Amino acid sequence: MAVIPVERKPLTLAERTYIPQIVHGLKTTFRHLVAPNVTLEYPEQRPEIPGGYRGVPTLVRDPNGREKCVSCQLCEFVCPPKAIRITPGEIAADSAQAHVERAPQAFDIDMLRCIYCGLCQEVCPEEAIWLQTQYSMTGYTREEMVNHKDRLYELGGTLPDAHLKWDKKKAAEDAAAHGGHH
Amino acid sequence: MATEFAFPDAGAKTAAAAPEFQTEKMSLSMGPSHPSTHGVLRLQLELDGEVVTKCEPIIGYLHRGDEKIAENMTYNQFVPYTDRLDYLAPLANNVAYAIAVERLAKLEVPERCQAIRVVSCELARISSHLLGLGAYGIDVGAWSVFLYSFTEREKLYKLFEELTGARFTTSYTRIGGVARDVPEGWTDRVNAFCDQFLPILDEILALLTRNKIFMDRTVGVGVISREDAIAYGLTGPNLRGSGVGLDLRKDRPYSGYERYQFDVPVGTTGDCYDRYLVRGEEMKQSVRIVKQVLANFPKGPWQATDARRIVSPSKDKVLTSMEELIQNFMLVTEGPQMPAGEVYFEAENPKGALGFYVVSRGGGVPWRLKIRAPSFCNLSILPKLCAGTMVSDVVSILGSLDFVMGECDR
Ligand code: SF4
Ligand code: SF4
Repeated sequence: MAVIPVERKPLTLAERTYIPQIVHGLKTTFRHLVAPNVTLEYPEQRPEIPGGYRGVPTLVRDPNGREKCVSCQLCEFVCPPKAIRITPGEIAADSAQAHVERAPQAFDIDMLRCIYCGLCQEVCPEEAIWLQTQYSMTGYTREEMVNHKDRLYELGGTLPDAHLKWDKKKAAEDAAAHGGHH
Repeated sequence: MATEFAFPDAGAKTAAAAPEFQTEKMSLSMGPSHPSTHGVLRLQLELDGEVVTKCEPIIGYLHRGDEKIAENMTYNQFVPYTDRLDYLAPLANNVAYAIAVERLAKLEVPERCQAIRVVSCELARISSHLLGLGAYGIDVGAWSVFLYSFTEREKLYKLFEELTGARFTTSYTRIGGVARDVPEGWTDRVNAFCDQFLPILDEILALLTRNKIFMDRTVGVGVISREDAIAYGLTGPNLRGSGVGLDLRKDRPYSGYERYQFDVPVGTTGDCYDRYLVRGEEMKQSVRIVKQVLANFPKGPWQATDARRIVSPSKDKVLTSMEELIQNFMLVTEGPQMPAGEVYFEAENPKGALGFYVVSRGGGVPWRLKIRAPSFCNLSILPKLCAGTMVSDVVSILGSLDFVMGECDR
């Protein structure tokens, strides 16, 4: 619990001959020679990705197939390198999801700008944008590296939803409207 | 130091020939892409034969204007940029930045959050020193040290990945807390890492510490006197290598460092070898700190709980309650609300004292943010240190200073 000087001793005669060093070096080398491999033969072998990994950002649907994004543009605002571009849109009145009212018309994430920081996921009030497990993106042109809406949903897939808040809201409204008729 | 030639048997000729042997100074650009200048440092050397007569560091190849960028975004949005200062210890940068802003807001974070931060800082220190050690080995010709230290570093990256979701660009802290709690079983895995790490570290260090070739390259090379170290504003292992026992974790404790027992190793001569020894010992002390934190890992919240204008509400609340939803929108778009004022905070980072000077005029965006980068100050001693040494010693000196251009140029 103090300031301690590091130990420094002059080399002994034996150490000056370099023989103890060679012995130690060889011992270390041989131990590693027979030890299990620490490398991974990527891409044949893939590393295990832990939960909560921040991979490529994707858009997800809820278990009923509804696109969760309501194009509030909060992620677009927070994204530090400004990788996200959203064109907000309306949901058609005759759609089964009409009660949610809004969904993005276009949603682009430029993977040449994205720094995988995860702030978009953190701020999203709909849990619609998720950084999932994919970590490797390649393309021949800049255009190819921009993920458009379709691609984002394809990458994202469906995630469970604990709240289904829009459907609950609609059910409550329906119930209230129904109750009003009596 | 002009080289002199003697012609033993031709006295008259010598006088006539002498001007021809006046050596001409040669200038040599070492870097910006040179393996031993670790990144993009460029040294403009003036050589007289093998001897360096002048050394001028030229920096700025990695300048991104981080300080200006900070003025244009909210406090939390800047966290990913701090990853890219000392990119070998991003967690430590995240923590230093968050504490600086929290000091501005006079905000206390809960004990669990402090503990998480201490563990991340110390693991970052080990990881950074392991890289410093491995790279130094290569610089002076010992290849295998690099392989074994990188194997250990990989294990740390696995732990960082679990904790933060990313190996390198951790972006882990938020103003008033951290991005998320430690995952299930993580502390056990850190403990297991620490246990297996110490014997391996000893084995790695033994490849160098008593190695005659290594000692020939480092002992008595690049000696920084105590006075010089202080005068040039060196910090971290480079300062302690010269025998000054300044460690901010002890002298101006933050994040609960005062609760833990650890020693501050210092050197006696201030040469490259001392700086190497100090880093080696610091890793062991870091393990000691981590074990103490884990033995008594506090439960409870990992974010400040009474700061509605700074800390985002929990996701569950945002999803279900209108009030929290609005609060979330306000915090994201306007930033965590800070009082007007200014603050300077320095943390003991692996490379030295990383300082943030934040000037606020209120609101969620800093008016000015100045970064005091340890590598920048540590490199300032190069012209003095390199003059009069051999070219190969420059490599040895550079490696022993263990700098990183990400924060030097910022
Ligand atoms: S992904 Fe989330 S934050 Fe982004 S626009 Fe859609 S709902 Fe809003
Ligand atoms: S991960 Fe970060 S950089 Fe990438 S889109 Fe989301 S907010 Fe933007």
